[in-house]
Amino acid sequence: MDGFLAWLQDFGSLFGQLAEGFGTTVLIFLLTLVFALPLGMPLALGRMSKCVWIRKPVEILLLIVRGTPLMLQIIFVYFGPYFLFGIPLSGYRFPATIIAFSINYACYFAEIYRGGLESIPVGQHEAAQVLGFSKKQTFFRIVLPQVCKRILPPMSNEVITLIKDTALAQTVAVMELFRVANAAANARTSLMPIVLAGVFYLFGSFVITRVFNFAERKLGYYR
Amino acid sequence: MAVLEVLNARKAFGENEVLKDISFSVDKGEVVAVIGPSGSGKSTLLRCCTILERLDAGCIRYSEDTLVETSADGSALYADKTTMKRIRRRFGLVFQSFNLFPHLSVMDNLTEAPIHVAGVDKEAAKKKAVELLAKMGLSDKANAYPFELSGGQQQRVAIARAMALDPEILFFDEPTSALDPELTGEILKVMRELAQEHMTMVVVTHEMSFARNVADRVIFMDKGVIVEQGDPRDVIDHPENERTKLFLQKISEK
Repeated sequence: MDGFLAWLQDFGSLFGQLAEGFGTTVLIFLLTLVFALPLGMPLALGRMSKCVWIRKPVEILLLIVRGTPLMLQIIFVYFGPYFLFGIPLSGYRFPATIIAFSINYACYFAEIYRGGLESIPVGQHEAAQVLGFSKKQTFFRIVLPQVCKRILPPMSNEVITLIKDTALAQTVAVMELFRVANAAANARTSLMPIVLAGVFYLFGSFVITRVFNFAERKLGYYR
Repeated sequence: MAVLEVLNARKAFGENEVLKDISFSVDKGEVVAVIGPSGSGKSTLLRCCTILERLDAGCIRYSEDTLVETSADGSALYADKTTMKRIRRRFGLVFQSFNLFPHLSVMDNLTEAPIHVAGVDKEAAKKKAVELLAKMGLSDKANAYPFELSGGQQQRVAIARAMALDPEILFFDEPTSALDPELTGEILKVMRELAQEHMTMVVVTHEMSFARNVADRVIFMDKGVIVEQGDPRDVIDHPENERTKLFLQKISEK
């Protein structure tokens, strides 16, 4: 009995540690979405711009960001200010993580947005133009609502990947779920914390899936 | 008085001259059918009149508003934004492929532009939409979404949408070409009713019976020029020009 109680107590403290790590994971996840979701749109529009001076730089940015590992980008963003400008790094772990994640995901979102924008038939733009809608009105009233519906499936893919990618924040020693679990696993020489961390990630993915299913049902009123 | 006046319109896509010196005008209440083989430039002409394409040279006038005129150096000079906005309210366009907004209900399709472009208040816009839907025989479809409607119903909604801002002239770009043969009748019927109410219309069409029985005037275009125009019975039943004869022969062989 005492053994069981001791186990339960130990499990409770492990769970507490992991839950705290999961809190950080969720924070990285949410902050990345807050910045990357809007940032993707100007990038998508820049990528579609007729002006070479806008399109080319955006293309190069997308190539670099999508062509190098996120882990590398996190390290670059974190250590960059120190090695390039000699700025001390204290307190910069978490912001650096958010910056790197936001830019990285904005680039992936941008390509999804572009796919959505380009899938809207030209007739929709023409109908709006003939009715006298301005470019801005056409974008916000006619095009964007239809884009949102079309990009939901690829976006759900990307967002589920994001919750798992947050584990990369450990590269710069941010105490997110995976780093906490790994440390606990080493300290206890037990696989239990890793399995438990897996359950947390699975729970996160489950919630995300539900949110996207809900959104798809909400927008399912038209075809 | 001419509602629409086109003078010496020219348009080329690269080397390909699509409109070569086109001139015609449309009087108030007149129904003009534009016929001709594909690639003759009739759709481009319509797209230039509705500002979806720009002329290279020439003049287009809507009543007292000049959309475009030829400048001193021979290029097309378009009106400023305010004039352009006013001109857009003077015409409506019905597309071959309807182009309804799929995410908006039939009612919202009809009221979106009046409310957000013309600044009509919501109640007035709705009232007008209800009237138009009744006229189109679609009173029970106000809350439906486009995907729930047949092609013929969708095109009738599109006609109502084009009329929601009380245009002085309605353009139709092959309005029945995307429809199954058994559905073309309902669109032609609506258009015939509009003609009887003296709506000014320019209709690009392959429907010879419509052109013959409804239009006041037929314009036959080929290779970017107006080959022949006049009373539909003359042009269609007794064409003078060889090209017109050839085209009508081909059509009747179908």
